[in-house]
Amino acid sequence: MIPVAFTYRRPSSVSEVLDLLVEHGDEAKLLAGGHSLLPLMKLRLAAPEVLIDLAGLDELRYVRDEGDTIAIGALTRYRDLEIDPILAEHAPLVAHAAGAIGDPQVRHRGTIGGSLVHADPAGDLPAAVLVSDAVLVLRGPEGEREIPVDEFFVGPFTTPLAEDELLTEIRLPKQTGIGWGYEKFTRREIDWAIVGVAALGKKVALINMGGTPLRAHGVEAALADGASIPDAAALAGEDGNPADEPHASADYRRHLATVLTARALTRATGEVPAGLS
Amino acid sequence: MSVMGTQVVRTEDQNLITLGGHYVDDLREPDLIGAGHVMFLRSPVAHARISALDVSAAREAPGVLAVYTAADLDITPAESPTAEPFLARDVVRYVGEPVAVVITEQRYQLADAAELVDIDYDPLDAVIGFENALADNTLLFPDSGSNVVQTHGAEFAESTFADCEVVITRTIVNQRVAPAPLEVRSGAAAVAEDGRLTLWLSTQNAQIARATVAGALGLEPTSVRVIAPDVGGGFGAKIGADPEAVVLGWVTRTLGRSVTWTETRSENLTSMTHGRAQRQTFTIGGRRDGTVLAFRLEIVQDSGAYPRASFLPTLTELMSSGVYHIPVVEAASTCVVTNTTPIAAYRGAGRPEATAAIERAMDVFAIEIGMDPADVRRANFIRPEEFPFATASGANYDTGEYAKALDLLLESAGYQELRAEQARRRAAGDVVALGLGVASYVEITGGDAGGESGKVVINRDGSVTAFTGSSPHGQGLGTTFKMMLADQLGVPMDKITIRHGDTDEVPKAVGTFGSRSLQFGGSAIRQAAEEVIAKAKELVADLVEAAPEDVELNIEDGVWQVRGAPSAGAISWAQVSEHAGEVDLAADVWFSKVGPTFPFGAHLAVVEVDTETGKVKLRRIIALDDAGPVINPLTFRGQRHGGLAQGSAQALLEVMNYDEDGNPTTATLADYSFITATELPDFELVEMETPTTRNPLGVKGIGEAATIGSTPAVQNAVVDALAHLGVRHIDMPTTPLRVWQTLNEARRQSA
Amino acid sequence: MKVTIEVNGKTTTEDVEDRTLLVHHLRDTLGLTATNIGCDTTSCGACTVLLDGESVKSCTMLAAQADGHTVTTLEGLTGRDGELHPMQEAFREQHGLQCGFCTPGMIMASVSILKENPTPTREQVRQALEGNLCRCTGYHNIVSAVIAASGQEVDR
Repeated sequence: MIPVAFTYRRPSSVSEVLDLLVEHGDEAKLLAGGHSLLPLMKLRLAAPEVLIDLAGLDELRYVRDEGDTIAIGALTRYRDLEIDPILAEHAPLVAHAAGAIGDPQVRHRGTIGGSLVHADPAGDLPAAVLVSDAVLVLRGPEGEREIPVDEFFVGPFTTPLAEDELLTEIRLPKQTGIGWGYEKFTRREIDWAIVGVAALGKKVALINMGGTPLRAHGVEAALADGASIPDAAALAGEDGNPADEPHASADYRRHLATVLTARALTRATGEVPAGLS
Repeated sequence: MSVMGTQVVRTEDQNLITLGGHYVDDLREPDLIGAGHVMFLRSPVAHARISALDVSAAREAPGVLAVYTAADLDITPAESPTAEPFLARDVVRYVGEPVAVVITEQRYQLADAAELVDIDYDPLDAVIGFENALADNTLLFPDSGSNVVQTHGAEFAESTFADCEVVITRTIVNQRVAPAPLEVRSGAAAVAEDGRLTLWLSTQNAQIARATVAGALGLEPTSVRVIAPDVGGGFGAKIGADPEAVVLGWVTRTLGRSVTWTETRSENLTSMTHGRAQRQTFTIGGRRDGTVLAFRLEIVQDSGAYPRASFLPTLTELMSSGVYHIPVVEAASTCVVTNTTPIAAYRGAGRPEATAAIERAMDVFAIEIGMDPADVRRANFIRPEEFPFATASGANYDTGEYAKALDLLLESAGYQELRAEQARRRAAGDVVALGLGVASYVEITGGDAGGESGKVVINRDGSVTAFTGSSPHGQGLGTTFKMMLADQLGVPMDKITIRHGDTDEVPKAVGTFGSRSLQFGGSAIRQAAEEVIAKAKELVADLVEAAPEDVELNIEDGVWQVRGAPSAGAISWAQVSEHAGEVDLAADVWFSKVGPTFPFGAHLAVVEVDTETGKVKLRRIIALDDAGPVINPLTFRGQRHGGLAQGSAQALLEVMNYDEDGNPTTATLADYSFITATELPDFELVEMETPTTRNPLGVKGIGEAATIGSTPAVQNAVVDALAHLGVRHIDMPTTPLRVWQTLNEARRQSA
Repeated sequence: MKVTIEVNGKTTTEDVEDRTLLVHHLRDTLGLTATNIGCDTTSCGACTVLLDGESVKSCTMLAAQADGHTVTTLEGLTGRDGELHPMQEAFREQHGLQCGFCTPGMIMASVSILKENPTPTREQVRQALEGNLCRCTGYHNIVSAVIAASGQEVDR
């Protein structure tokens, strides 16, 4: 399993990256941790002519306390998120979700920006960032723009990031002291979620219940109206359009969404839910 | 003090933990410098006619040395209506079947060149699943007239269950799984100036591989040398040589250049043989007091696209009544071909399937008559005084203590306390249900008709070199054999070398499979050492001018001496060897069997099942595996650990799936649920040793035992967890979806 | 392109194709064959090496990405006089390997685990080894080996 030949570039600044993107257009792909892109290239399902490695952009590797928000550089690795003391205090859900990804080797390489831009509906960080009401900072030749995360995941593996743009920063409103729950249902721990739920206070995001990570609006509305956790969670299956696959039917996914939503919300209240964790 | 039965750290490990061993793809032999790289092009469709095949563009690609198809091959498989070609000629019969072979200068040129091969496939209907195959609407081999390639076994009598108060019939599936050794298949080939072919193969038996390759290429066996270097696991799927190895030999001879081949994992998952794949219909009948009176097993064996599996269901038939004295046992099998990867041996090969059927049947029977599954087993065990025991299905068991094994196991596990906890949880309506699964098993090891070679040489310096036909690939037999020789000869282990896996050094052998190596290979080594001792005795007697019966080997000090005069005039092995003169002090033996042995045991699995999600967690597995006297407890336990993991994996996770068109849907390790450390608990082992009378060591095989017991134990545990909700069976693997669906169905029926 | 990597304490500079995977660079260019390839989907961990001291799967990295970094393979663990690294020693003593194919990756992953968590529980070791597959040992003795290498008592 060998990739199709390509040219490797490793620029050392954001502006150099943007120049290369302009120069090569859709023939180029950005390489961050590489754990989504390189496997696709090895299977020859992706064959960029130019691979632009972002590893030289040390400037995009940080977690900063900026008052009401936490700023995370797009190239911050899962492992660094997992053990970051600022996140532990102000956005523990995101740190936890980063620690739930893959295995240690993957977490040593994968980056938050790579995960969000890849926009896998089964991904951990997209849901955690979505439920956090984050703002994403994109930089292009025209300068910077900010986009609320709920406008970012527009379809399976699809985002509004333009060909000549780079995701540089993720801004999380501080979640200090807000209860949270994260339920990831897999066959083996190493697997991608069959269904997952991220709950933050009374907000809920669903993993793998459709082509994108989703906010469970029905559940959130019910909770806001004072519904009990079980009653609100029962609505979780109604959001989304889950895939119907041999190992996980759409009905089963809807069922799991309700069970896991109840458990995640219970956890967010500080209780330990019933069931195998 | 004898080293036998003590925990000895493996002498194999030094190289593996410092240099990572030398597997085929690691070889940097002079003969392989500049070797061409080989890749097989494989069918992407399950069943099709090849309507066009154009390799001209590929032949022009950078670095390409050759591209060959069936049209280029001048070798053919043995004549048969279901013959498996070396490369598909007109028809492809499974996804993964080799169609062409590309050879390039460099590894990275292979995939680029392979993309340029142009093949048109005219699709044919794919035959997938037992029913489809039996229906014979589409035939894989039209000339043979049916997809049924073998029928075997007993006629079913109408009166079989006439005297039974309770009779239950159920159809279950023992699913197709992938052996998945960590090292995929790999081979290298070179031709010497004199035309002699050398093949380095990742194989469990170089000698059988040599016979296969030489036969297919029309060469004398002596013109072929096969070397098995370090082998990264086999589990039955690396017995002998696959068609790819034959092609490799042909390519190197045709091209006149050495070549090397290592498949990818995704190729491995569709092209290396799979295991199990039986549909089983059992009927169990007996009395309400727990006595089983009759058992019937009807097997349909999915053979995959080419019939390599015919020995599997007959072994299942042979072992179908398990550890029980059942007066009437009827077993029969039908082998069918389907458009899937061929089935062959996988750890246990036919016996796990037998145990799975009878152990599931015992549980189904137990719940029907309202007895504890352990008690039903106790009521039907073959008793110790009945051995040797001829089963109704034709096996002749050597020794066994089945009730003792189960009692010891359940006591160690705290079975009664676990049952009490289960009752408490059920009463409390706990979301997480507790399940206990019992399985008692017996299997057959060393059941093949072959023997094994063993040669022991005392070198001039008094060190020992032993040559064995066994071909260990992880089992640690090198250490075991050294321990035995140290014990017999009094030579320290670090002065003993074990050689195996090279047909020039060991021309005649059977190899390692079917848990046969200690019984056959070990007995051969032991016999060779005895013969060496006998020869040495004569030489020593001559040296010290005493009668042979007056000299003895002092094992403690590793010297020969005159009886009654210990310290003075001790003779070293080096002196004895020297005294042998021109002739080596050596013995070369072929150990033929006395008879197969029947290891047995009992396993208890404890699972938790989330009744809301269907998720299963294996909490404990407690295993008693009795294979007679243990030579090295360290490796003995290691074999059991691996077996427990693989057996549990089949019950919980692993399955090789195809869609209705015959496309494999679990063809990468991302999709195939290979069990990981996270899914397994620490293993709890209980010890018992019941020797066999059928070989001089008293040993039975341990390579497969724990795989056989653990699968039904875990599956029974999952069903047991949900029995109070009306669940009676869940096919393997017991995936969350399947558990949830079964629970829903049970709830519907009880509502 | 030219890549310069410090491998097992030695600086290596080689001309490679841009698409060269780190694992092939180690095995085929540098002749360090301990690091194995067991899959093509980043699943099995047999190719695990240390990159700047942290475990990574060398089948899912380009040699180019390692340019300017340090890589440690199994060959680099053994001391100059042949003394074994405590993790190598523990794998042997605990019978943490059988066929040996997963072992180089397993040992390197385990070294990285203890660096991040010097005294893990058995359960934590299992969690941290989720990306390394073994078909032979059932993992029990591998877990014991990591526990032993951490200086803790192996109690089962």
